[in-house]
Amino acid sequence: MDYIGKSNLRVDAYAKVTGNAKYSADLAPRDAYIAKVLHSTIANGEVVSMDVSEAKKVPGVIGVFTCFDVPDVEFPTAGHPWSVEESHQDIADRKLLNKRVRLYGDDIAAVVAEDNVACDRALKLIKVEYKEYPVHTDARSMLNDKDAPVLHPNWRKDNIIAHTAFNSSEYFNYDEVKKNAITKYGEENLIEVVKNVKTPRISHSHIELPVSYAYVDANGKVTVVASTQIPHIGRRVIAQALNIPWGKVRVIKPYIGGGFGNKQDMLYEPLNAWLSVKCGGHPVLLEISREETIVCTRTRHPMDGDLRALATKDGRLLCRELINYSTNGGYAAHGHSITAKCAGIFKNLYRDELGVRSEAYTVWTNAPTSAAMRAYGVPQAVSFAETLTDDICVKGGFDPYKFRMDNICDENTSAGGAMFYTYGLKKCMEIGAEKIGWTKKREEYKNQTGPIRRGIGMCCFIYQTAVAPIALETSTVRMILNQDGSMQLSIGATEIGQGADTAFTQICAESTGISPDKVFIMSSQDTDVTPFDTGAYGSRQTYVTGNSIKECGILFKKKICEYALTMEEEKSLAGKKIDDLDVFENYVVDKNTKEKLVSLEKLSTTAFYSFKHNQHITAEKTTDITTNTFASGCTFVDVEVDMPLGIINIKDIISVHDSGTLINPALATAQVHGGMSMSLGYGMSEELILDPKTGKPYNDNLLEYKIPTAMDSPDFKVEFVVMKDPTGGYGNKALGEPPTVAPAVAIRNAVLNATGIGFNEFPLTAQRLVHEFKEKGMI
Amino acid sequence: MSKKIITLHVNGKDREVAVDERESLYETLRNELRLTSIKKGCEVGECGACSVLLNGRCVDSCIYLTMWAQGKDIVTVEGLKDETNGDITDVQKEFIKQAAVQCGFCTPGFILKAVEIVGANKPYTRSEIKELITGNLCRCTGYMNIVTAIEHAIKHNMDKLGIPYEVQPATTSFDLPDEEKEKMLKDVLAMQNNDVTKV
Repeated sequence: MDYIGKSNLRVDAYAKVTGNAKYSADLAPRDAYIAKVLHSTIANGEVVSMDVSEAKKVPGVIGVFTCFDVPDVEFPTAGHPWSVEESHQDIADRKLLNKRVRLYGDDIAAVVAEDNVACDRALKLIKVEYKEYPVHTDARSMLNDKDAPVLHPNWRKDNIIAHTAFNSSEYFNYDEVKKNAITKYGEENLIEVVKNVKTPRISHSHIELPVSYAYVDANGKVTVVASTQIPHIGRRVIAQALNIPWGKVRVIKPYIGGGFGNKQDMLYEPLNAWLSVKCGGHPVLLEISREETIVCTRTRHPMDGDLRALATKDGRLLCRELINYSTNGGYAAHGHSITAKCAGIFKNLYRDELGVRSEAYTVWTNAPTSAAMRAYGVPQAVSFAETLTDDICVKGGFDPYKFRMDNICDENTSAGGAMFYTYGLKKCMEIGAEKIGWTKKREEYKNQTGPIRRGIGMCCFIYQTAVAPIALETSTVRMILNQDGSMQLSIGATEIGQGADTAFTQICAESTGISPDKVFIMSSQDTDVTPFDTGAYGSRQTYVTGNSIKECGILFKKKICEYALTMEEEKSLAGKKIDDLDVFENYVVDKNTKEKLVSLEKLSTTAFYSFKHNQHITAEKTTDITTNTFASGCTFVDVEVDMPLGIINIKDIISVHDSGTLINPALATAQVHGGMSMSLGYGMSEELILDPKTGKPYNDNLLEYKIPTAMDSPDFKVEFVVMKDPTGGYGNKALGEPPTVAPAVAIRNAVLNATGIGFNEFPLTAQRLVHEFKEKGMI
Repeated sequence: MSKKIITLHVNGKDREVAVDERESLYETLRNELRLTSIKKGCEVGECGACSVLLNGRCVDSCIYLTMWAQGKDIVTVEGLKDETNGDITDVQKEFIKQAAVQCGFCTPGFILKAVEIVGANKPYTRSEIKELITGNLCRCTGYMNIVTAIEHAIKHNMDKLGIPYEVQPATTSFDLPDEEKEKMLKDVLAMQNNDVTKV
């Protein structure tokens, strides 16, 4: 392969280091009105009345719009492909502004004004009268209160969005299996771990806030320029929310400053569109604050899992059970799909000899709405599964590396339509263990005493590539030859910082034979211009869109070669047949000898301007992908725990990934760094905390909500096991999300190794550590 | 409140602007002068995306009044490019080379901070660099390649000053030798050149 596996520099790096790259707010017209949203100051109840008379009098105010004014339409916000089957459609449970308040900070009114100051003043003058209901901010407390008010009575009578179970077999029952195991092996030959694990509510913390501006264009189209991962899905959702034909909405996505799944939902774009419509189509800019972003957009699901596991004393995993209560917040957004994915990965990560049960509840609560966040429920699944494994190992005296080697899922694992077409997990473990010095350090760190202790831990994961066959995986790619032999690559898939445009350019070069410097990728998506693709999520684009680019490239190349055969004046082509030809480094060449026959520059100029045979060479291809291949990997970490201070110092950390072929190793490595950093936050510092009585957030800003800074970040080591996967366009598998799965749990397991304390609540903050060490009389 | 006409010295030029005395430098530079490389991430001085150089030191322009910036030398990323020949700084080149850019939203702030760091003419260690950039938040990179890019930019400067300085070796076997990155950078810069009079 000529262009795959090369560490090309990013195609957008120059634009980004010079400030030339324009993001949504940078493009807003100067005369745009400013919109701001009024949020509820209660977490559960109803807006009884609203007095906006004083607000409307503020000079500069264009309009005040309340939950009593919006269309009586409930719409779904999730960035899923629409389904033509009603039963698979996302839950439509939200209006543009809501009278029925379900979380602290719910959207109840909006002001449009000529400037920020007028907007703020008007917001303060709106008087709201509420009727309040009792508040439940987590799934379990909501379920335990039989009299809890029903948040979405049109959808469910019990606040449970869904309750499902994945069992290894229809009849699996943990208690019965345990009884049989005792009979077979004897109770004295078995070990059991029973525990509960809690994971935190995480804010995506992309540095660009979700910004949009909307206007009605010259053709009467409602146009929204937005920082979104999903322009094409966004068009459908905005149309549904406004109850107008889908084709009347246009969504434009410029450069975006990170998304991590938060922008895989329609956030304020539908409201923004409606506000513009209400202001005669005048441009309206809706920039929310960091505080609003943390509370009023989306979060990672906090999950609360009851776990049991049974193993033999000689280190065989017999069976496991997870009963998971997932807190979804006030609105369904992605519904049960994240908790379901969590349940699936928990089930599939190990080979349980006697079976496994993975049961899941997703519950509406009076909390910030939980939805997609990088790795979509899998960090939680692995927090359950991989803390359980190390607890079993402690109890049974097993080496966690060996126990995993013996029990972790193998190459025959197949579930939910996904399987390992290539399997590199154990190889990843071998490399990680060797690089960190596993055996030596496990020995060295035995029997420590004193306040400062070292520990080493590991964690494994598996991860589906894209979302087929559960959801539709489809992508269209368009290629256009320019007059000089360069080309335009037009896609609906989105660059959100991950490096997609660079990978796509390389894939395009590989499949067309046109060198990357002559491939001009259209980085901004516009639903009126760029073809349909569902967008950036599910670690899907390099796999799904990449496949489509490959297929389109093959078609494009064929059209170029066919044109070459019509160029009678080119003697070098005389007598050639289509099967003799190929395109290589911007030339039509002889497939076998690589002899240059005609340059693409000459060919394309001829094609455009020939009187005899005029042709504009383009290709378009839609491919849908039905396969799904597991990526996998692991993290190893060496920590020092300062017990009196409750501080974990990372001395060494390495992640090893099995992601198939790497399209661009440098960018793949950079993706892993970012994922590891995000997992460090989940593991050690990040947690959005709510007052359980009022639902009010305690730390909705970046001073008190602690994402890792440079000082918190160790130097990350990264390795890959490269195997060519037969299903990936060029052998590639998922990589966007997987890096953010394992590090947090590896750290937890290293702390267990260092101190003997297995923490079961993430993140492992200094407060939690000190509290626990004190309780145990260790400090 | 009526606006005041003041003069700001921005990117080497005097610019006359009408400002509300309560306005932040962030607002004036972005809204009046359209210097959109300055980004909003928090509006309260937590994230560093709105950094500008004031007399060579980075400040968060979102919590700095425009009125205070009178008489000071203000630099944004737009001002780093040499308008006569299109050259960019070593810091920017290293950010491109070391894959230190992902979504790019925090990038202008980091670049200005890095310019300040390199301009100190000190052979900072990796951990010192981390401490110095801790007021800038990035969610994409884990800071790893940003620190590496700054190290390399310092290295260029130290070479010029004749001070010995070693950058940390790569922490992956998938890294490319620096010469190959340098070669690719040349191609990237060549792609940006549309001036036939300039070779």
